[in-house]
Amino acid sequence: MAKQPAKKKSESKEAERERPPQPDRYEADKDQLLAYYRQMLLIRRFEEKAGQLYGLGLIGGFCHLYIGQEAVAVGLQSALDGDLDSVITGYRDHGHMLAYGLDPKEIMAELTGRAAGNAGGKGGSMHMFSVEKRFYGGHGIVGAQVPLGTGLAFAHKYREDGGLCLAYFGDGAANQGQVYEAFNMAELWKLPIIFVIENNQYAMGTSVNRSSAEDQLFKRGDSFRIPGLQINGMDVLDVRGAAEVAIDWVRAGKGPIILELKTYRYRGHSMSDPAKYRSREEVQSMRDKSDPIEGIKKDLDKAGVSEEELKSIDKEIKGVVAEAADFAESAPEPEPEELYTDVLVESY
Amino acid sequence: MPIELKMPALSPTMEEGTLAKWLVKEGDAIAAGDIMAEIETDKATMEFEAVDEGTLAKILVEEGTDEVKVGTVIALIAEEGEDASEIEAPADKSAEDDEKSDSGEADEDAKSEEEEDGQETDEGEKSDDGETAATEPTNVLDDASEAKPRADLDIPEGTSMVTQTVREALRDAMAEEMRADDRVFVMGEEVAEYQGAYKVTQGLLDEFGPKRVIDTPITEYGFAGVGTGAAMGGLRPIVEFMTFNFAMQAIDHIVNSAGKTNYMSGGQMRCPVVFRGPNGAASRVAAQHSQNYGPWYASVPGLVVISPYSAADAKGLLKSAIRSEDPVVFLENELLYGHSFEVPELDDWTVPIGKARRVREGSDVSLVSYSIGVGIALEAAERLAGEGIEADIIDLRTLRPLDKAAVLESLKRTNRMVVVEEGWPTCSIASEIAAICMEEGFDDLDAPVTRVTNEDVPMPYAANLERLALVDVDKVVKAAKAVCYR
Repeated sequence: MAKQPAKKKSESKEAERERPPQPDRYEADKDQLLAYYRQMLLIRRFEEKAGQLYGLGLIGGFCHLYIGQEAVAVGLQSALDGDLDSVITGYRDHGHMLAYGLDPKEIMAELTGRAAGNAGGKGGSMHMFSVEKRFYGGHGIVGAQVPLGTGLAFAHKYREDGGLCLAYFGDGAANQGQVYEAFNMAELWKLPIIFVIENNQYAMGTSVNRSSAEDQLFKRGDSFRIPGLQINGMDVLDVRGAAEVAIDWVRAGKGPIILELKTYRYRGHSMSDPAKYRSREEVQSMRDKSDPIEGIKKDLDKAGVSEEELKSIDKEIKGVVAEAADFAESAPEPEPEELYTDVLVESY
Repeated sequence: MPIELKMPALSPTMEEGTLAKWLVKEGDAIAAGDIMAEIETDKATMEFEAVDEGTLAKILVEEGTDEVKVGTVIALIAEEGEDASEIEAPADKSAEDDEKSDSGEADEDAKSEEEEDGQETDEGEKSDDGETAATEPTNVLDDASEAKPRADLDIPEGTSMVTQTVREALRDAMAEEMRADDRVFVMGEEVAEYQGAYKVTQGLLDEFGPKRVIDTPITEYGFAGVGTGAAMGGLRPIVEFMTFNFAMQAIDHIVNSAGKTNYMSGGQMRCPVVFRGPNGAASRVAAQHSQNYGPWYASVPGLVVISPYSAADAKGLLKSAIRSEDPVVFLENELLYGHSFEVPELDDWTVPIGKARRVREGSDVSLVSYSIGVGIALEAAERLAGEGIEADIIDLRTLRPLDKAAVLESLKRTNRMVVVEEGWPTCSIASEIAAICMEEGFDDLDAPVTRVTNEDVPMPYAANLERLALVDVDKVVKAAKAVCYR
């Protein structure tokens, strides 16, 4: 092979990487607060219903519930430009679909494996997509969505469309090698991407401090010069405030940023996880002290929303979820011919 | 006696090169390690270092000379105590070497002769560039070039043809598609500034710039994912692997992310990405760098897998692959990169995916193959013809979807089938063809379908063992005669 021409001295990168400002808690108006409440509650009730349907055998396979983490998807996605930005996540994806305003009926029908599901019943819980809404899945291999999201960000930059990608992954995926390969390229090419680490403290049954040499995951970008922020993921307004900072950073062309959202899942890793690795007390204490839905009620109260108003929203959401469940139970399964469709796009 | 400086082999597939520039002149004192000349191979411009000490007595090949065969004496060095001015050029020395390296067998001689001279350069180069396959040529499979495939019936009559290497054809395919569609870009290790580890992307950076010709870090898993994600986001990435051996690091994205997304999303999310690069055994690069992944990828529903032999097919199929809405694994072959074939001179030459090609007509035995195996089959057919056996040769070209009809049609004609595959026998394309013939062509069989493949061992390094491990013409001829009961 040819000898490389003598290396040009690489321009020394600035000694101190610029850092984003510490985010403030977002000041939401009454309508925004109500919208967040409604969305978080929809996710909570939807997931509870999904858990029930799983217990009845109507949902099969792996089913990872988002209960407890609602503030993350809602706080972040409410800040995106839905016509421009793209979102990608792992297999705990129902909440992200709902936060995007996708029809709960279609999502529940996908969970029960029906033709009316958003992937025609072929994807199931872990593989949900809405390309129309720029939601790119729903990926079942831990960490795979991080390079894929980096590729979506690459496409935004290539097309110069001004969009960015929000790529979610968990504290477990944060230990996958491909995540760091993606970090490196994202910073090297200054790609418009927000890496969102949803740190719910447990990678299946292994707690963060049992699996991570550096358990402050927002620092994991340091050696790639990617700044990180650690955020309370149990408060939707803290999350939204962080989203503002991260989006400003990325849209200004400063490259990627990492948000570590400290959150907690109330249920097991999946429906088949008895969650013996933590105590009931630990879970109960999180529910009592940090629940995102209870938390926003204080802000709603301050904004003058009455107890009655919230109750009527609760009732309405219950109705939406019940309708979704009925639909998902009664909708027909895919036609047998669907077995062979969508393997390839073209015929050869 | 003066020391002879010979034209070195600077890559596994180099047979000749251009002596671009002398950096020393007659009468200069030479020390080991001095850079003597610049030599252009088909891949790169290399510096040629002195191994010996002395005085440069005579330059025998002037700078600017093209097509200097490997092993040709290019200069003489006077050793200590010799008078450089009295040394004369030997008559016809270079011509003799020319003849030698023309034939396949003599290549072996040329190689061993040049080993002493070339060694230092090669070693220096390896430390520079450890991952590329920089070794001596043995040309075990190279004799494939001698046989000429018949003209393609798909090419309109009267089409003018141009002689091109597979390497050039692949480059032209990418360049043409990049001109036609600005969503198409190429990314991979050394594809831009280095001009391609195997020079397949040569010139693309100059024409399309760094936005569309992108050097990646050595991070196969990561950039395969980035390319796949970019395809999901609406672009048309061409992801080059320096070799498919390194793509094992990335196979999760090829299979799980690219291959399955369209199905899992109920047809919503397409993934029009092309993964391409050299596949199969190269030359003396041993077990971890010599493997045919055709059967691996061809077993995955959701992927298109292409593995061409000729330059015309390489060009036409790569263009079709780039245009396809589906993820394509495009398996090239390093040993074929430098081989020349006739390529139609058309504005937009494409070859349909999923269609095999009958490259030779015969009625006694079918030889089914793909990639470099087609060359071996063609040569075997010439030998068999000498013994009165006419072989029908099918080049599969696409491994998935496989052109079953072409295979079965050939079987119907000959009633005997040998599958020639440069790869392992177990769970191979050959196994698949045998199953197809059993299930759907049983009544046409007059003999068992026979697999002629590499041996079922990791690729050894030693030249003799490597030769034994690889499929070759003798093995094919023997198998063909056996199924003809001759």
